Amino acid sequence: MNDAINAINLTKYYNGLLAVDHINFGVKKGEIFGFLGPNGAGKTTTIRILTGVLKPEEGSALVAGHDVSENSIEAKQCIGVVPEVSNAYIDLSAWENLMLMGELYGIAKKEREENATELLKDFGLYEVRKKLVKGFSKGMKQKILLCMALINDPEILFLDEPTSGLDVESARLVREKVQQYNRDGKTVFLSTHNMEEANQLCHQIAIINHGRIAAIDAPEKLRAQSLELQYIEVLFDKSVDLADLSRKTHVVKASLAGNKVRLYTANPSAVVEFLVDFARHYNLRILSLNTMMPSLEDVFIKLTKEHGGEA
Amino acid sequence: MGYLAEQFKRSFAVAKKNVRIYYSKGPVIVFGLIFPLFLFLAYTIGRNMPLEELLPGLIGMTTFFTATSVGPSIMPWETRSKTLEKLVCCPVTPWAILLGDMFSSFLFGLAISLIPLLFTLTLNIGLLNFIILLFGLVLATLCFSALSVLLSAYPPTDNPSTVMMISSLVKFPLVFVSGVFISIGQMPFLGRIIASFSPLTYFTDLTRHLILTVGYYPLILDFSMVAIFTLIFLVAAVKLHEKTLTKRIS
Repeated sequence: MNDAINAINLTKYYNGLLAVDHINFGVKKGEIFGFLGPNGAGKTTTIRILTGVLKPEEGSALVAGHDVSENSIEAKQCIGVVPEVSNAYIDLSAWENLMLMGELYGIAKKEREENATELLKDFGLYEVRKKLVKGFSKGMKQKILLCMALINDPEILFLDEPTSGLDVESARLVREKVQQYNRDGKTVFLSTHNMEEANQLCHQIAIINHGRIAAIDAPEKLRAQSLELQYIEVLFDKSVDLADLSRKTHVVKASLAGNKVRLYTANPSAVVEFLVDFARHYNLRILSLNTMMPSLEDVFIKLTKEHGGEA
Repeated sequence: MGYLAEQFKRSFAVAKKNVRIYYSKGPVIVFGLIFPLFLFLAYTIGRNMPLEELLPGLIGMTTFFTATSVGPSIMPWETRSKTLEKLVCCPVTPWAILLGDMFSSFLFGLAISLIPLLFTLTLNIGLLNFIILLFGLVLATLCFSALSVLLSAYPPTDNPSTVMMISSLVKFPLVFVSGVFISIGQMPFLGRIIASFSPLTYFTDLTRHLILTVGYYPLILDFSMVAIFTLIFLVAAVKLHEKTLTKRIS
């Protein structure tokens, strides 16, 4: 079996509301799987089902080959989880938190001490290992959560918004560590709001909205599916009438982005030819002209709108 | 069997964590140490009673208050700090987590209750009675710690003071109807009926048996009832917590 995670018809209600609506997806071993969606779309609920915290009302989930509802202990033994909210024990030191996690995973004392030392050194926390987590910055708390999730060298790592609210440097470190972990052949399930992060890290992305999977594919394929969202960004030496431009064939929409004009089109070459003629006709100079593929954010907004709600 | 042993081991890790975090929390100190001490002083000062007559009540009250002081506060604290989700994500069964909570409550209760128990050595009660008393104390501490974990099951709140208030509502009446201040035999008929539903009744009766050689129920019944109550509290705590766990996390 090639799948590290398999969600089959997963369904979950919260207070009578359908939070996760019969979703299906598979995550291959060794890939970073991005899980995107607006607030309240069902991302955290899905992660909680996959990590054995919640039981689904319908469907099942296989994690590392174990049914999370039937054999939750076996499934949990193979995973590491960094939840959305920082939840290390603030009244324990960094070292004590790691030792506790090691004990809860049944790791022998010598091994958990070696793992903890290596992780703390790797994340730059070894010098503060005896300090209470209470006094840690948000970035340090996030690092200790990652260390706690990695203490058992899990096959699959679940990350729920791991860089949310972090400074640039800490966020970059977290992303580097995720990539490093994935290079060792491990699977990562990453829920994020950060499109750039998903674009950089993920091999495959699922977009969830209103509890349903709106799209699932590789980031570049998702972008390619929305060619009508590609655009040409042009800067003339004088201002132009947007209405003139938007009336032309192949131009779906024209808008201003600062002093540049954006022309959305499914046929960029035809629009470039038109722009050159347009500049000649009105005696304008083209200062810059770029063809832009739709960003993941554009695709995300389009898909979440199509599936019944504003992103 | 290996699975069970492993879960037991992990429940000790939960207990160790509880000892480090919760023993020094304010409500635990207040409800587990200060309150019973002042209640006992209020009961004894000016009554001119010999020590051996005071000891059964003192041991009963100390064991009951200390063993029930840690357990109720753990779940709401863990819910509030979101650490409960961290625990549930780990390969530990809910019963092992609750056993860990119960065990940390048990250790706190046992450590403090041993102080008045050691006073019995100054009396002429005999080594055999002391050992039986020690066994009874261990069993009763287990029973009261199971009750303390049950008390935190409902409502599934993240507010420790709510649970402390509810547990006080249960604990204080129990102290007054369980033969701590007056022996069961001296109670009116209705009082004796009510007392028979309290686990503390059987423990105080047991201590009276072994220290004063006068008891209301047979000693074997005292032990059996404490063991039965322990089992009931434990099963009820696991069942109720399993039902409310999702509400705590969501």
